[in-house]
Amino acid sequence: MKIKSRSIWSWGLTSFLLFFIAINPAHAESKLSAGDTAWILTSTALVLFMTLPGLALFYGGLVRSRNVLSVLMHCFAIACLASVAWLVVVYSLAFSDGGGLNSYIGGLSKAFLTGVTTESLSGSIPETVFFMFQMTFAIITPALIVGAFPERIKFSAVLLFSMLWLVVVYAPACHWVWGGGWLSDLGVMDFAGGIVVHVTAGVSALVLAVVLGRRRGFPSDIRPPHNPGMTVAGACMLWVGWFGFNAGSALAADGNAGMAMVVTHISAAVASLTWAFIEWIKFGKPSVVGIVTGTIAGLASITPASGFVGPIGAVVIGVVAGVVCQWFATWIRTTCKIDDSLDVFAVHGVGGIIGTLLVAVFASESFGGLGLAEGATIGSQMLVQITGIVTVAILSGIATWIIAKIVLGFTGLRVSEEEEIDGLDISAHGERGYDLS
Amino acid sequence: MKMIVAVIQPHRQDDVRSALNSIGVHGMTVTEVQGYGRQGGHKEIYRGAEYDVHFVPKTKIEIVVSDKLETDAVEAIATASKTGKIGDGKIFVYDASRALRIRTGEEGEDAL
Repeated sequence: MKIKSRSIWSWGLTSFLLFFIAINPAHAESKLSAGDTAWILTSTALVLFMTLPGLALFYGGLVRSRNVLSVLMHCFAIACLASVAWLVVVYSLAFSDGGGLNSYIGGLSKAFLTGVTTESLSGSIPETVFFMFQMTFAIITPALIVGAFPERIKFSAVLLFSMLWLVVVYAPACHWVWGGGWLSDLGVMDFAGGIVVHVTAGVSALVLAVVLGRRRGFPSDIRPPHNPGMTVAGACMLWVGWFGFNAGSALAADGNAGMAMVVTHISAAVASLTWAFIEWIKFGKPSVVGIVTGTIAGLASITPASGFVGPIGAVVIGVVAGVVCQWFATWIRTTCKIDDSLDVFAVHGVGGIIGTLLVAVFASESFGGLGLAEGATIGSQMLVQITGIVTVAILSGIATWIIAKIVLGFTGLRVSEEEEIDGLDISAHGERGYDLS
Repeated sequence: MKMIVAVIQPHRQDDVRSALNSIGVHGMTVTEVQGYGRQGGHKEIYRGAEYDVHFVPKTKIEIVVSDKLETDAVEAIATASKTGKIGDGKIFVYDASRALRIRTGEEGEDAL
């Protein structure tokens, strides 16, 4: 009897819930998942670790010893600055509703996280967690650009440029692709930031390198990387952190995240080997700086494709990344004579473009992918992908040029020749990386 | 007394030390230095870019020996540091006018 009454009770509750779900379909989605939340909290830590210290060490080892601290400082200060900018306005511009302008930019309703409480949800995770996870992307993107301007830029220019760049380039690009803007309406596929992170940073780096000018002595009289071991340590942290970057971008702890992690890892491994083998054939020796540069090229390339392609797609993307990014690194430096000092465009910009194009092919089930959107073909998706790359590249290029000119007017861009020779560690920060006494 | 200064390939340092030790030279000063002679630096390649490295890492060894040990010491250093390839380095010999062991105050060859 007791059992019977309980089952009647549970039947009543179930039908009430079913009824409620039926009249409110959003309800089922907007339920907090502890598993998803735990994974995105973890991913957030992993992606911050990519910048601090991963990217800082990766870049720090590639410059000469008298500039090592300045590069660490650039990455660190940008991380702090981007965090504040993200809270104040950039998160809102990227992810809140922009009303009539929503196709192009979000609004100001979530400036300072207005209205976001511990109860607010974004999908199945708290909005605070989504805010933090996305913040770590807004941190690493301007930090990637550091590779374009080391050893000669003014510190004040780094701060002013990065702040303006986050508002004028990152916020709209992020909104277009991920925040419900026009590219997202068009169906562009960018799982973890091939366009939003790598195309924006890569193109902006190239333009800024041109406006800023080459280092003294470039290209014939430049000192080699002062500490390749530091670069390797940084690359290892980037590789591990990238699991949070790509698998975290599933915004769930599920099979999609698992496959994203598989393809991320495979692409990185394949691109590393490809880069090293090409060097071996071309120069007679496979270098450690080369193999880890291949790793980053493979990771950047798989980023937009990571939630959409299968392992075969990852292998192909890795090979293409190792070949094409390496070719571009040499081409930009020797043919174009542009001092994009640490190859941001060749590795990140070109890598992001490779993945964004190839995802249209390898997302297709016939190539082992997880499937294109309904009604889309490889050709139609390719057109959407090209549209995304071209428009975001134009936005990044033009806006960066304008911002650079503004910064030039306010603080100036370059240090004096004397400060450049002394090194930025002493001249800008009053410290030495290595006291060998 | 003679002061012998040798600039050698860094990887020959241990061989030179044991060669000198075996002829009775017990003590030396070693410095990591950079420089070039006829070798004229070398090239390194990073990410496909060639970097001219003008100053090559070398090891500088300084010893002071009695006059009668001079020939043997120079011979020992030359033999132990020779690879026959360009960049093996050079040996210079100077007259040393005075030597003093700080702890005991001994002077001359007693201080060596």
